[in-house]
Amino acid sequence: MSTSTIGGVGGRTVPGVPKAERRTPPARIVLYVFLIGASILWLFPLLWAVFNSFRDYGYTQANGYASFGGFTIKNYVNAWQQGDFGRHFLNSVIITVPSVVLALLLASMVAFVVARFNFKFNLALLGLFTAANLLPPQALLIPLYRFFRAIEVPYWFSYSGTLLDSYWALIIVNTAFQTGFCAFVLSNYMKTLPYELYEAAQVDGLSVFKQYWKITLPLCRPALAALAVLEITWIYNEFFWATVLLQSGDKFPITSSLNNLKGQFFTDYNLLSAGSVLVALPVLVVFFALQKQFVSGLTLGATKG
Amino acid sequence: MSSPDLPLVAPQTAHAAPSAGSHKGTGKKQRVRRLTGRDRVAVILMVAIPTLVVVGLIWLPAIASVLLSFTNWNGVGSLADVKVIGVENYTNVFTNYPPFKPAVEHNLLWLVVMFVVATPLGILFAVLIDKELKGSRFYQTALYLPVVLSLALVGFIWQLMYSRDQGLINAVLGTQIDFYGDPKWNIWAALFATCWKQVGYVMLLYLAGLKGVDASLKEAAQMDGANQVQTFFRIVFPVMRPINIIVLVITVIESLRAFDLVWVINQGRNGLELIATLVTANIVGEASRIGFGSALATIMLVISLVFISIYLWVVMREDER
Repeated sequence: MSTSTIGGVGGRTVPGVPKAERRTPPARIVLYVFLIGASILWLFPLLWAVFNSFRDYGYTQANGYASFGGFTIKNYVNAWQQGDFGRHFLNSVIITVPSVVLALLLASMVAFVVARFNFKFNLALLGLFTAANLLPPQALLIPLYRFFRAIEVPYWFSYSGTLLDSYWALIIVNTAFQTGFCAFVLSNYMKTLPYELYEAAQVDGLSVFKQYWKITLPLCRPALAALAVLEITWIYNEFFWATVLLQSGDKFPITSSLNNLKGQFFTDYNLLSAGSVLVALPVLVVFFALQKQFVSGLTLGATKG
Repeated sequence: MSSPDLPLVAPQTAHAAPSAGSHKGTGKKQRVRRLTGRDRVAVILMVAIPTLVVVGLIWLPAIASVLLSFTNWNGVGSLADVKVIGVENYTNVFTNYPPFKPAVEHNLLWLVVMFVVATPLGILFAVLIDKELKGSRFYQTALYLPVVLSLALVGFIWQLMYSRDQGLINAVLGTQIDFYGDPKWNIWAALFATCWKQVGYVMLLYLAGLKGVDASLKEAAQMDGANQVQTFFRIVFPVMRPINIIVLVITVIESLRAFDLVWVINQGRNGLELIATLVTANIVGEASRIGFGSALATIMLVISLVFISIYLWVVMREDER
């Protein structure tokens, strides 16, 4: 690598040669300043939202937003109540959990067959799935919208009487969309499993389904965990389908309900900040708790296991 | 939405596969024949169910959009009354629909900015963080934190910066600019906020790619007297070719799909027209322009399919090798 890196590493690991570290600074200092500056710049909008979410509306009105003081937690209470956040978070859970489970289940089945057997259609099949994930959702909107509206379901199944304006529509669409991505990643992962495993299973008389359920899935736990984290954040963040397929405001998941609430929050930026922080909180918690899985999920194909 | 959401395959991993793959190949073919009846059913179901879901809910609607684009259906009445009108919808899109031109321009602008600003910045951060300076974990985390937020939420968070009366930027600069409302500014405001999110994502992909680059390649180049910049552009960057292409394709597709942020701001009007918002606006709420909206959707579909094909070609070829 660069001389500066060698100097830096040497300076840190070999205590006897501190001079190397002292010789390199100018370029390094610029680097550090640049990176620290960029990090602060990147964090700033979020920190600003957090900062203002804890301040009193009256105080910021009187002193301007670029001031200090007037701290309160009242905004969170108000945002939670006015925005009916309890219900919308629950909606997000109702939509996200089944979608993630179903997408992983369907994807792992296809991925298993593609990785385990050498059929001629494997590549085409994988292409069909992967490409589906990349299509613009708007290009499917009209037929899907009409389709969901045309399907009548009993009222105990959906209050709207059709699939349109029901949680089911969102679960189905999210599942279909995300299966493609998961199938691609999982098949890559499964290809790294040793083939001898299946030969042994074959000898032991294990059926294909059991080879999938009892051998492959447990071995894919790291990949499944990484994908689950990624899919949770994506489906939680999903905005387009929720906006167009749901009509009653009380069914919106939290991400798209914010748009609904814009009117109420519009004049009170402290309230808007508190609402934004609340919406961001679940993904931030997931992100910090499972950062490794999140990153490895994004780059999973890169290592092929 | 969906998603900046794509898998990638690193270059160097391709080497491990071939021997195992071809060896597996011959072994497997025999084994397939030996499948019992029940196993056969299991295999068929395991492929058929997911395929039905994806084909039925994604590919068939996509084809239906294309077919509808050649009709005059207004969304009312049964499909039996639909008349095929050929390419009239497309003619109208191109000649008789004022928002279309700005939408295309905005989509292109979106693409250019993501490509010229967000991507190089992401690569730069990846290269710097890959040097493993002190605190690189902190920089890394700070830079990709926005990646986990939804674009809709990004729109709200940046509203706190952009607002005319209560936003920070105007307060600090002493200006009165309505960043989201003024058509002179709003596309740039949206682009800036999107870059904020996109940079971390590009950085993450390249970080993974850089970790995969053989260190001896860099050393050899340095030995031959190449400086850092030369080493990067002549050695490291070309080696990461698959990632470059994948990031390129993601950028194009995501620029085309851009929707959430703009919809949150003003539903894609008044200076923020995008093809995606035009499609949506033509269908949701007003049930009058299905055929026309489908023509717009088909245009999106065709453009994405070109780039999806490139993407699949790259990814699958890496897979094959």
